[in-house]
Formats: sequence, structure tokens, C-alpha cells
Amino acid sequence: MIHSLFLINNAGDLFLEKHWKSVISRSICDYFFEAREKAVEPDNVPPVIRSPHHYLINIYREKIFFVSVIQTEVPPLFVIEFLHRVAETFQDYFGECSETTIKDNVVIVYELLEEMLDNGFPLATESNILKELIRPPTILRSMVNTITGSSNVGETLPTGQLSSIPWRRAGVKYTNNEAYFDVVEEIDAILDKSGTTVFAEIQGVIDACVKLSGMPDLSLSFMNPRLLDDVSFHPCVRYKRWESERVISFIPPDGNFQLMSYHISAQNLVAIPIYVKQNISFFETGSSGRLDITVGPKQTMGKTVECLVVTVHMPKVVLSANLNATQGTYNYDPVTKILLWDIGKLNPQKLPNLKGSLSLQSGAPKPEESPSLNIDLKIQQLAISGLKVNRLDMYGEKYKPFKGVKYVTKAGKFQVRT
Amino acid sequence: MLNHRFLCRNEDLKEMLESNKESLKLEAMKRIVGLIAKGKNASELFPAVVKNVASKNIELKKLVYVYLVRYAEEQQDLALLSISTFQRALKDPNQLIRASALRVLSSIRVPIIVPIMMLAIKEAATDLSPYVRKTAAHAIQKLYSLDPDQKEHLIEVIEKLLKDKSTLVAGSVVMAFEEVCPDRIDLIHKNYRKLCNLLVDVEEWGQVVIIHMLTRYARTQFVSPWREDAMFDENNEKAFYDSEEERKVEQTKPYIMDPDHRLLLRNTKPLLQSRNTAVVMAVSQLYWHLAPKHELSIITKSLVRLLRSHREVQYVVLQNIATMSIQRKGMFEPFMKSFYVRSTDATHIKTLKLEILTNLANEANISTILREFQTYVKSQDKAFAAATIQAIGRCATNISEVTDTCLNGLVLLLSNRDETVVAESVVVIKKLLQTQPSQHSDIIKHMAKLFDNITVPMARASILWLMGEYCEHVPKIAPDVLRKMAKTFTNEEDIVKLQIVNLAAKLYLTNSKQTKLLTQYILNLGKYDQNYDIRDRTRFIRQLIVPNEKSGALSKYARRILMAPKPAPVLQSAFKDRDRFQLGTLSHTLNSQASGYLELSDWPAVAPDQSVRNVEVVEPKFYSDSEEEEEEEEEGSSSEGSSSSSSEESVSESESEENSDDSNKSSSSQSEKSSSESDSEKKKKTLKNKKLQQQKPDILIITYLPPQIMQKTLLLIIMTKYILIHIVLSISTQFFVNCMCSLLHLCVFLACQFDVVSWHVHVSLQASSPVFVPETSHELLHRMTGKGLSAQYRFTRQPCIYGNSMVSLQLTLSNSSDQALENIHISEKSSTGQNIHRFNAIGERHTTKEDEFSVSIQPAVGELLLPITMSEADFTKEQGNTNTSYWHADETPTNRPIHFSVCISRFAGKTVSSGSLVLVSVALKDPDAVITINTEKTVIGSMLLRQFKTALTNSCP
Repeated sequence: MIHSLFLINNAGDLFLEKHWKSVISRSICDYFFEAREKAVEPDNVPPVIRSPHHYLINIYREKIFFVSVIQTEVPPLFVIEFLHRVAETFQDYFGECSETTIKDNVVIVYELLEEMLDNGFPLATESNILKELIRPPTILRSMVNTITGSSNVGETLPTGQLSSIPWRRAGVKYTNNEAYFDVVEEIDAILDKSGTTVFAEIQGVIDACVKLSGMPDLSLSFMNPRLLDDVSFHPCVRYKRWESERVISFIPPDGNFQLMSYHISAQNLVAIPIYVKQNISFFETGSSGRLDITVGPKQTMGKTVECLVVTVHMPKVVLSANLNATQGTYNYDPVTKILLWDIGKLNPQKLPNLKGSLSLQSGAPKPEESPSLNIDLKIQQLAISGLKVNRLDMYGEKYKPFKGVKYVTKAGKFQVRT
Repeated sequence: MLNHRFLCRNEDLKEMLESNKESLKLEAMKRIVGLIAKGKNASELFPAVVKNVASKNIELKKLVYVYLVRYAEEQQDLALLSISTFQRALKDPNQLIRASALRVLSSIRVPIIVPIMMLAIKEAATDLSPYVRKTAAHAIQKLYSLDPDQKEHLIEVIEKLLKDKSTLVAGSVVMAFEEVCPDRIDLIHKNYRKLCNLLVDVEEWGQVVIIHMLTRYARTQFVSPWREDAMFDENNEKAFYDSEEERKVEQTKPYIMDPDHRLLLRNTKPLLQSRNTAVVMAVSQLYWHLAPKHELSIITKSLVRLLRSHREVQYVVLQNIATMSIQRKGMFEPFMKSFYVRSTDATHIKTLKLEILTNLANEANISTILREFQTYVKSQDKAFAAATIQAIGRCATNISEVTDTCLNGLVLLLSNRDETVVAESVVVIKKLLQTQPSQHSDIIKHMAKLFDNITVPMARASILWLMGEYCEHVPKIAPDVLRKMAKTFTNEEDIVKLQIVNLAAKLYLTNSKQTKLLTQYILNLGKYDQNYDIRDRTRFIRQLIVPNEKSGALSKYARRILMAPKPAPVLQSAFKDRDRFQLGTLSHTLNSQASGYLELSDWPAVAPDQSVRNVEVVEPKFYSDSEEEEEEEEEGSSSEGSSSSSSEESVSESESEENSDDSNKSSSSQSEKSSSESDSEKKKKTLKNKKLQQQKPDILIITYLPPQIMQKTLLLIIMTKYILIHIVLSISTQFFVNCMCSLLHLCVFLACQFDVVSWHVHVSLQASSPVFVPETSHELLHRMTGKGLSAQYRFTRQPCIYGNSMVSLQLTLSNSSDQALENIHISEKSSTGQNIHRFNAIGERHTTKEDEFSVSIQPAVGELLLPITMSEADFTKEQGNTNTSYWHADETPTNRPIHFSVCISRFAGKTVSSGSLVLVSVALKDPDAVITINTEKTVIGSMLLRQFKTALTNSCP
């Protein structure tokens, strides 16, 4: 399956290599570099690249290319999913997945990669198991280890590995037993010039942070489970219970995990929390243009819209912007041609407005295309779909856990066309 | 210099490795691993490193393993030094060490050790630990790639491991199967149903591999489910019928799906909800290739969901959707909007979405799609805008209603400022016009007008070609264009020049009067062009069209050659024939066969024998079959440990009490509390179909469960001694938590003894019957953990029939899986050294443990006590007598006396195992309580006290 892995940074430096079978020369990456050059933007690099004898499957994440070398037929998603899992594990272990953290922890990275794959086939990818095999670095432990010479490596097989609930380790103990659930909904929408919704849907996830002792068996029910159109679960969720009773019943992993994700499709009406009035125009002569954007609340269910950010990808000919914002700050980056307007809290009484002129490269023709606006926002204490958790019950353990549910709505891929 | 420095550095690493200090060695190894990670050569350190292979420090050892695996291939002789260490480790009691030794041994790729590897694999394949067996499955592939000659032996191991019932092994062994012997489909037959049933519980990566393998398997074993549906199928019927004849055959014999085929579809369906995108894709392709067409729609939602995932995932999923959407538009049409393009998408994602939208276009939705396309055409991403124009062209040819609209739209684009857009439009218009040229002379005229402003060579060439091809529709304009071209000929690009020559030739043939001179001028220019293609073409055209004495027969046909009607180009999807590859594979993504690709076979016309998948189920021996023998053994055991032989006899009696279930049992026990003597006989209940036996005092259980009956109850007799040992060993928090709940019951249970003045034997304390038997049972094994088997236990508080020093325990086993569970017994390998005896076990020769679950019974302290009755005077006397009295007073705030109006409550009991007296008195002094416990057993005393405290505190409002 997966033969080798190369980590390459944005500048094209190969900074880590790992082989699970015979060594493959790093010159194989030339095929990747060729494709990388052709693609210009790192996002445009094709995920699957062919070389005469090998196939390179790569992902781009956190400014690092994870390039894996494959020799024979394998489902490409298998490799892609695995590579993302590797990146997530690094993030989990080191707080962030970046070139510096990987270089600083190269031994742990190597130990992890060794455990995650055997002969190219995934062996242990559950973070609970990995953490028992290889303990994540902490400043204290690394100091103690240097003095005492004790190791970061577990000596026995993690209990989860053998049980049919590999995601949970045995013997978990907490003094404060608590379970928190965050219902996070993202609105994916495309609005057209006039403000009508071309397409809108809600993507939701329930993130959990469960710190409970023993083997708790939880069940979570919703007030309105019918809303959910399509769901996908963490392996711990018993699918049959969901099918028959619409109850999410599970023995949770220890710590943070994503319990489920769901989808509320365009068939249901999606409330759009804000409206945007915009006018971006370029003059035929004079190498200039005008910009006028106003944002206002639409369907906010009585909550405040926070962290409002408007991003505009300007045409290449726009050199600079001379604008005036009634609220928040704006910034135009002439290199990436991105105009960023950070509004903050939306005040319904005094609508934020950004207005002013754009100057274009002189002599260049008026840009044909009109830039589209990307909106970012956040509404606390609200699930825009109206989804509500009804109750959370715990079985199997005798203590009373502390339970909490939080709702947040965010803008996902929220785009306004102009 | 550099080389020198490098050597120096390695010298110092070598020194560190040879030092005595573990920490120095570890540090050195860490630095070496850092070198390996950077791709630097550290091979000359091999001798120094390999010495540490037997190190006690597990991290150091692991790093040495990493090094070994990396360099052993290069330093085979030295690598051999480490082999004996691994061979030793293969026998280690720790399964992790056994497994990692096998991993490294099989990874070092030294051909000389092939026999050793083979032996190790064979041994590990029968290891008790499923984790080691999993490692063995991985090692199979490694050995196979090292020495393919071992194939036959390896297949034997694979065959053995395929029978393994552990979910841990399943994925890895199927992977080995796919790599070593994918053609040996016969090995799967017997394991097919097991694999289907295990699938949900296998780890996600194994699921992907198993699903792909089962897809191939199913295509060879079942008949096509598609023919029947084709009746209701809106899409091209022809694809599903090979011939008319077959259709008739099929009508006479309705299709019935093989239950095994159904089993596969049913068991994979829940996996569509997996968080792992590869699993979802694998199930989707399985449905695509195996499911009846009308069931296909369930995969749509899941595939669309994957589009929210990472960019790379989107790319692969969109490719597969593109292939699917060509054949079955209906599947994705309701989700059309999910394929709308965002300006932030990567270019290859955009073009794939465009492809799908084009595939989905039909008469009903074309206007929406075209409106969407209009936005795309304006995109800043010019490559994408060009692709959109091509897509519009495809829509126009596919849906005749909108051809004109599309054409007009494209013509408008001709005045676009961007060259690529214009060029693409021209090319697409050219293709469109070719399909229906006669009606569109004004478009050609329009293009001629724009010609001067168009600079992209391909577009200019296209316009010229159009002029020439349809010069009869535009007789006035064409010669004029040629005139302009004659002026600029020398500055044009090569493709444009070729088209100028073409145009000239065509005009010469149709309208020689106006263009004769122009043509000759152009031909002369071409004759001296720098490009030999153009010189050649010019020479050829001249010979063809200009009649002279040398020209042969060809010139007669010049007109027919040049003006022949040309077939219109077909605008079709690039994904048209992608479905020749199995969906979800690398080959499908690349659209070419990757090495190692295993083709899906066509459905067999006649289904192969279904019975090959039957697995013989050994009929369980029923309780009634062996009753006689049973009784004999029980008689034997009775003589051994128990004083009251009468209670033993009652076992056989009670076996006939068929209908006694839990509830009436407990009620009867309550009614019997007054007649303490007689009830001890009646008490021992056994429920129907249960078996129990005790051979030696130290041996427990037996049992056996007919699979047909889901619920079974059993009475287990457990030596109290054992429980006590166990308690001491596992005083964990969990234990106390469990104890708490039973505490309140305990209070009541003991309370009844208070103040009952009854007969009381001074020396031997006579146990009395409990007033209250709690119904609560405790979980021993959860059905998730137990793979369908769940077990609950409950203390019956009945005197034990097998000995006075034992505690009765009722064990309820239930099977919640849909498979029969066989041969359930308590493992002999229990940590406390207890032995198991199993009765009527099926297939006794199979000593392999299929699934082992370690469980522990955690009794509340109170369950280990028997209530006794004694007078108050005796109580106080005994309290004074106990020489090792364990006394502890504690003040617990409470403002409610429990159950009693008296201020002091006294409870008397004895431990079941040793019969030592346990006296408890609780004095309530509002708001405090003083608990006094007197017993020789300090452990029990302290635990009791703690539980009392908690119980009293908790009972406060």
C-alpha cells in the first residue's frame, strides 16, 4: 500500500522522509515538483500524480505537502484519508502541524509513523491508542526524561487495541466528571447580486469533550431529529439505535472528538442571518473604480452577529483602495489582491458601511469580472437550523456527570456574487 | 573537509552508543533517527547500533528497530547478529513485544532468514493474542514480496487466518489475501458470511479492503440483479440487456436475489454513515457494482456529504460522481446545487463540478444551469471560464431546445474583452455550426466582422475554417476576408496560415472568378514560407486545384475532396468510458490501468453453487440429552465440600421447575423469610436449560448455551475464597463505586436481623434468610465489548448449594448478535488461577480461543456476608469478645433515622467464607451517627465502614 512518505514545505524543501518498505530514492519527488510548478497555486496541485513506475498521492495541509508513494492499485481515498489522519495526529500531539513542530519532534514523529503503518497498511490510527503507545510531549515530561532517562514509549499493548471499542482506553479516571457538547453549524450559501439565495444548506457537527471515568454509556436525543437530512458518525455511535429510535447512543472516546456531522439540505429553507448590499464598479476611463458595501441583519433570531468579516478577491488590476469604514478596519493587500474588512459585532441600529474608491493600474482595460464577497460570521447560542438537544443520559456508571451543550452558528462557504 | 566533519560527528555518535549510560545511547539514537528522517546516510553506524538491539530500555529498543528496518537490507551480514534477539522476543509473555519482534523480523528484508520468518509467521498465526495474529497477517505480505516462492506455504497461513473470528485480524488477512492470492476466491467461500457479519466491527481501514474484496467476490458468485430492474429503468435499456432473447428468458424466470448477496448489501449499508471517507466511497462503489438499480439512490446523500471534506477528497469523489452521473442522471439531479462552483474552489475541483453539472443537464433544468454558467464565464479564473464555454457547447448539442439560446449566448461572448474566452467561444461555435450550418450564416457573418479584433491563433484559424467550409452561405464576405488575409499572411501563426491556404483553395473551387489571383498570390507566399508543413501543404493544394498538364487524376476530384461534407464532432464527456474501471480505484482516477489492478468480472450467467458458503453448524447438545451424567457428577461433588447434603439434592428437583423466573423467585424468597429452616431447601433454583456443575471446590462453572434461545440464565457457584482474593487484588475506585449502590440494600438486608429474638446457637452461627433480594443486576460484559454477548450478574443471596463457604451468583447471558454463539465458557486462563470446566462444549478439539473477554466480578462487601440472628445481649457480648475488634467511629451528618425508631440499630452477620462474625451497630445521635463495626477481618471492616458512610451521607436529603 503506502510505500513511502515525504514531507515537503511550501518552498519545495523536502524535510522528512519515511519508508515502510524498501527505500525509494527521493528523486521520485521530481514528478511532484514538476506538477507543483505547473499548478502555480499550491491548491491546484493534482492530488494524484503518475510517474512511470509509481503513483504519488499528495495532500496539502498547513502549508505542508504530504506526498506518499504508491506502487500498486489502492483506493486513492484510502491514502488521502490516511494522510489527513497523520496530519491530525501531529496536530493533536504538538498543538499544531507545522514544519517547525515536526522538525522539533522528529523522533516522536518517526515513532508515530512507525506505529501508524505496518508495511504500508494502517495499524493504529486511534489517538487514544497512540497516546498510550507514545506519550505526547510536554515540557515537564521532556525535562524529567532527560534527567531520569525514562521514555516516552509505553511498554504494554494498549487495552483499547484488543477490545471492540478501540477508541476508548480502560481505567479512565477523573475527579470532575464532565461532558460538553458543542453544536456547531455552518451555513454554506451562495447569494446572487440581488441578494436572493442561489443555494444554501447547513452543515453541522457536534464536537464533544467528554471527561468521564470508567465506561460510561451515553445517549443523546434531540427535540427535532427529523431535521437531520444526512448524518455521519464517529465509529462509537450505535447506528442501529439511531435507525430505530433516532437516539445517539455511544460509549465515548476519552477527551475531544467529533461525535457526528450532519447535513441539512437545501430542501429545507435556510435562514440567512445577514444581507449584503454591495456595489463594486469600475469606470471605463480614469483607471479607477468605486466600492460600496453595507451589511445588515436579516434573520438573526434575536441574537447578535459577531466576528463579521468580509473578504473580497479583487481583480488583478486593482492597485490600491482608498476606503472609509464606518465600523471596523479594512486592509487591502496589493500582492494577493485581497481586501479584508473586519467589522466585528453587527450593530442593527447603525449598519456598518465601507465606501470609497479603488485605483487601477493605469492603461489597463476595465476588468470584466466582478469580484465575489466571502462572508465570515459567528452567532453564539444559536443553531440556525433550530436543532435542539433534548437530553443526555448516562448509563453504566454511578456518578452524576456535569453536562453542557453549547450552540454556535458560523458562516461556512458563504459567498455573495456581484 | 565536509566529509571529515561528517565522519567526526559520526565518531562521536559511535562513542555515545558504546557508553554505558542509557541516556547517552538514547540521545545518540534520537540523533541518528533525525539523520534518517532527513535522508542522510547513517549506515556506517550499523555495528554500533545493532549492539543495542537487546536493550532493556523500550524506547531505545524501538529506535534501534527503526534503524534496523531502514539499513538491514544494505548490511545483511551484520543484520543477522540481531536475529537471535528477535527469536527470543517472539516467545516473550508480553504480546506487544512478541508482535513488535515479528514486525521487525519480517521487515528487515534479508533473504537468508526467509525460513526463520516462515516459521515465526506460522507460529504467530496461532498465537493467542489477536494482535500478534494481526501482525502475522502483515508479515505474510512482507515475506511474499521478499520471496514469492513461499506462496504456497503462505496461502496455507492465509487460509488459517481467514478463519479467525477476531475483528482485529480480518482486515489485515484480507489485505494479505489480496496481495498474495487474489485469484483464490475459493478460500473466501466458507468465510464469506462471517466477514459480512464482522464488517461493522472491523477497524475502518480493514473495512475498505474487505469491501473491495467482497465486491469482486460477489461479481463472480451471484447473478446480476440488474435485468429485472431494467424494466423500470428510465435509462438506456440496451445496456442491461444483452439480447432480446435474454429478456424473454428472464421474464419467464423472475430474479430472486441470493440471500448472501442481500446479506452483503444489508451489512455494508450502515457504513455509509462512517466518518472515514474511504469507507463511504468503498460502500458506494459496492452498491454501484452490486446493488439493484433502484436501491442505488441511498448512496447519493453520502457521496454528496463527502464534498464537504478536504480538497483532495472532493477531487476523487467528484471524479466518481462524474462517472456515475453519465449513466444515471437521476441519482444526483436533486443535489444539483451542491455542485455549484465557488470562486474559492481549486481549478480542478471547478472543472469537475462543471463536468457533473453538464452531465446532469436536461430539458427541465437547463435554464437554471445556463444561468449558473453565465456567472462562471465571468470568473477571474480564465481556464475555468474557457471550460465553462466548452460545457455550454456540450449542453447545446445534447439538448436541442437550447441550441439556439446557447449559440446566441456564445456569440455575445465574442465581444468579450478576454482573449481566451473569445477564442474558446469561436472554437465551440465552430463545432456547433458544423452540426447545423445552413441556418446560421448571420453568425458566420458576425464572426467575420469580429475577425480583426481576435488575436488568438486557434480562434482565427477556426473562423477561417468556417468561412471556407460554408463559403457558399457567405459568398460576399469570404473573398473579402481572404483579401485581408493575403495582406497579413506573413505575420500569421502557422495554424492560421494553413487555414488561409485552405480557405483560398476552397474559394478558388467555388468562386474562382473573384479569387483566382488572390489564391495564386497566397500560394506563392506559402511556397516560400519558412515552415515546411506550409510549403508542403501549398504544393499539394496547388497540384490539386490548379489544372495543368502534369496534374493527375486527382484534380478532377478536387472539389469532392475539399468540399466533402464533414461529420460533426461529437461533444462528449471525458468520463464517458471511465466506468470500465471499478469505481473508487486508483485506475479510475487515472483513467488508465494501474499495476496490480484487479478487474471486476462480469456477472456469471448462472450462479455458481451457493452451498459452498454454507458453514456446518454443530447442533448443540441439549441439557436434556445429558441429564443423567450431569446428576452423577453433581452427586460426586456434593460429598466434597458441603455440610448440608440436603441442599445438594434439591438441585435435581429444581431442575424440573421450568417456569420459575426471576420475579417469582424473589417474591417467594420474601414470603419464606419466617420459615428459615425449610426455605433453604427450596431456595436453590435453577432455571430451565441451564447447566451447572462443580467438580472440585476450586473449579467453577460450566455452561453451554443453545444458540436458538437468546436468553439464558445460569447459576454460578463461586468460591467465596476466590472473591475475597479478588477483592484484595482489585480494590480500585471502580469497585467502590459499584459497591455504593448495593449498600442501601445491604442495610435493609442486615436490618431485619435486629431485635429478632430467635433461637441462637452459641458456637456455630446459624444463617438466616435474607428479607430482601435486590433485583438489580450488574453488568459483567457489555454487548459492545462482548461482540454481541452480554452478561449480567446478580447476587441471589441464597445459601449456596455447593458449599457453605460459597456465595451464589446468578449469571444471565444474552446474545444480541444475530449469530449463534457457541462454546461459551469461563476461560481457564483467568488471572486468579481458577479453572474452568466446560460441559457439552462443541468441537472440543478446538482449543483455539476465538474471543476472550476479561471480566471481573465486583461484589459489594455485603454480598459476602450472611445475616445471622442473635439476641441483643449476645450481640453486646460478642462485641466485647472480639479480640481483634476493628473499631471505627465516624460522625456523619444525618437528620433522618433510617427505618428505625430506636436510636441504636444493630446488624449481625458472618462472612460466608470463614464464618467470622461481623457486628455493626449504628447509633444515631441527631444529627450525627456513630458506626461501630466489629470484625476480625479488617479489610472487610474498613470497606463496610466506608460504604456505610457513603450510604448514610447519600440518604440525607
